[in-house]
Amino acid sequence: MNTFKVLLMLAWRNLWRNHRRTIIMLSAISIGVWAMIFMTALTQGMVNEMIKDGISVLPGHVQVHHPDYRDDPNINNLITTPDTELSARFAAAGFKQWATRIKVPAVISSERESRGVTLLGIDPVRERDLNFIDYADIDGRFLEVADDKGIVIGRKLADTLDTEVGKRIVVMTQDPDNEIADRGFRVVGVFGAKIESLEETYIFAGKETIQTLLKVGDHVTEAVAIGDDYRNVEPVYAAVLALVDSSVVVNRWTDLNSYLGTMMTVMDGFVLIWVVVIFLALSFGLVNTLVMAVYERVREIGLMLALGMKPSSILGQIIIESMMLLVIGLAIGNVLAFASIAPLKSGIDISVVAKGMEMMGASSILYPQLRSEDVILANAVVLILGFFASLSPAWRASRYQPIEAITKAD
Amino acid sequence: MTAVRCVDLCKTYIQGDTEIKALDHLSIDVDAGGFVCLSSPSGGGKTTLLNAIGGLDIPDSGEVWIEGERIDTKSKGQLAELRLRKIGFVFQAYNLIPVLTARENVEFVMQVQGVPAAERGELAINVLKEVGLAGLEDRRPAQMSGGQQQRVAVARAVVSRPALILADEPTANLDSKTSDGLMDLFSELNSAHNTTFIIATHDQRVMAHIPRLIRMLDGRIVDDIQQHAP
Ligand SMILES: Nc1ncnc2c1ncn2[C@@H]1O[C@H](COP(=O)(O)OP(=O)(O)OP(=O)(O)O)[C@@H](O)[C@H]1O
Ligand SMILES: [Mg+2]
Repeated sequence: MNTFKVLLMLAWRNLWRNHRRTIIMLSAISIGVWAMIFMTALTQGMVNEMIKDGISVLPGHVQVHHPDYRDDPNINNLITTPDTELSARFAAAGFKQWATRIKVPAVISSERESRGVTLLGIDPVRERDLNFIDYADIDGRFLEVADDKGIVIGRKLADTLDTEVGKRIVVMTQDPDNEIADRGFRVVGVFGAKIESLEETYIFAGKETIQTLLKVGDHVTEAVAIGDDYRNVEPVYAAVLALVDSSVVVNRWTDLNSYLGTMMTVMDGFVLIWVVVIFLALSFGLVNTLVMAVYERVREIGLMLALGMKPSSILGQIIIESMMLLVIGLAIGNVLAFASIAPLKSGIDISVVAKGMEMMGASSILYPQLRSEDVILANAVVLILGFFASLSPAWRASRYQPIEAITKAD
Repeated sequence: MTAVRCVDLCKTYIQGDTEIKALDHLSIDVDAGGFVCLSSPSGGGKTTLLNAIGGLDIPDSGEVWIEGERIDTKSKGQLAELRLRKIGFVFQAYNLIPVLTARENVEFVMQVQGVPAAERGELAINVLKEVGLAGLEDRRPAQMSGGQQQRVAVARAVVSRPALILADEPTANLDSKTSDGLMDLFSELNSAHNTTFIIATHDQRVMAHIPRLIRMLDGRIVDDIQQHAP
């Protein structure tokens, strides 16, 4: 204990012996750590937005379909369990959010144009916060009840069809008997979405209205649920599995959009590589600093050994010194990172480059995401690898021959 | 009891193509409580002998015994422990840890030994006073003269009351008054605690002080005289 105290004191004083060298090294570590955390937060923010947007298009972390529905999203591929039964089970399971819907391909026509779209028959109450619609950016109104007779379309589509709130359009699709089912709707709302292409591809109508149109009675094509964390959908997945039988398939969002699912995993690996690469650059400076320090102190290290200090204590002393350097550098680097990310919490407008990003499924505002896992990873990598990097100079110091070291010329 | 026994020590250094016999079949015995002065012309082998006795250097051949234990066969770790517990050193060339104050340097060995802070603090203050450095406790080596540094080294060597003190030119940088003061301190410890001293020196005044004088030349003992009763 006493020895440890004297080692701490020696390490601390030696650290500040060459102020300039220590401060340069501290700056390098701080900036390196800042770069690790800051860049990671930006990247994670970007990935997060892409994934969230991607999920909002699906939408739902875990989804239930007829086994053939994914290959052929056709009204014949209905879930056999009645909607009322299914809804009752989902409601009882206590998900953060859940919904059942009909989702089929359709053609929408105005008096001027026709377009192929995806028709969603939804219960608007259940869908709140579940999809990509910007509720603050709706002309007219959104659907209000499941048997709402109106239709809500995207702004881009409204432009293409040259229609607007209050006008009528026709929606055409197939019923289970392969007969054309069509119906006129009044456009009650025009929505805006973060990702413009969604305004072209999705239209919303009341679930019950569509059930009647398609003559499918009390049936739907999909049931979805979301949990608190899109990164960990296993609890929701397990819960949904328990609610359904083998006549349906249950998928996680990572199965449904494997591109984004893979991206999430790859990004976690990328963060580690990024952190390690920066550390490797730092480690050259760190090892060099320690080698210099040890070389300059040959005589006093020899003296301590001659007086009876154990070689392991010399080893410890150099490692403690290195760890002090790293911990201070980490502290400053972390503070810098937090301080530079905090003002960006409300998002960075990257709309200048956003047209390109949208192709990758990202929106034009980037929210840096400071995840504790990433911060811990950066700090742990620096500490652990720093420890190993200091082993060699420390070991060399502890192997000095006291008498040679002590009689070494100045 | 014999505090230090050296039997037939040899140590040869090769410098270019000449061999230097720093120790040449040297044997001595020093009783516990002995007070010995080693004297020789420069290069006579005094430092080499002190290093062999202190377990800092292993001779090429021969045996070194401290308090009845053979030490030249011990491991590095055992030797470190032996130095820490039993021997106080004053080195010829380099003595103090630059980042520690005078007082911390004096406390250093005790701290590694595990002496409680309060106890070693008091001991350090007292011994610094005894070597005439009261008031300089908080100075670092760089802020002290060569003589003052030497006295800090002496203070550190004696403070933990080792059984054996090996001092290499402890008075090299001192004026005659301080030098006499140090020798008095050594004599006092020698008689009060039966501490064994082996002191290497060129200094005639120091030699005159010390009961047993061993003269060396080229690694051999040429003269071993009891000058007067201790
Ligand atoms: N590491 C070494 N390498 C080569 N020769 C050495 C080494 N150490 C000592 N010697 C030689 O061994 C001999 C004895 O040296 P030592 O230092 O023991 O003498 P000394 O009596 O202490 O001299 P001084 O009074 O100058 O301190 C000298 O000739 C010296 O040059
Ligand atoms: Mg010498």
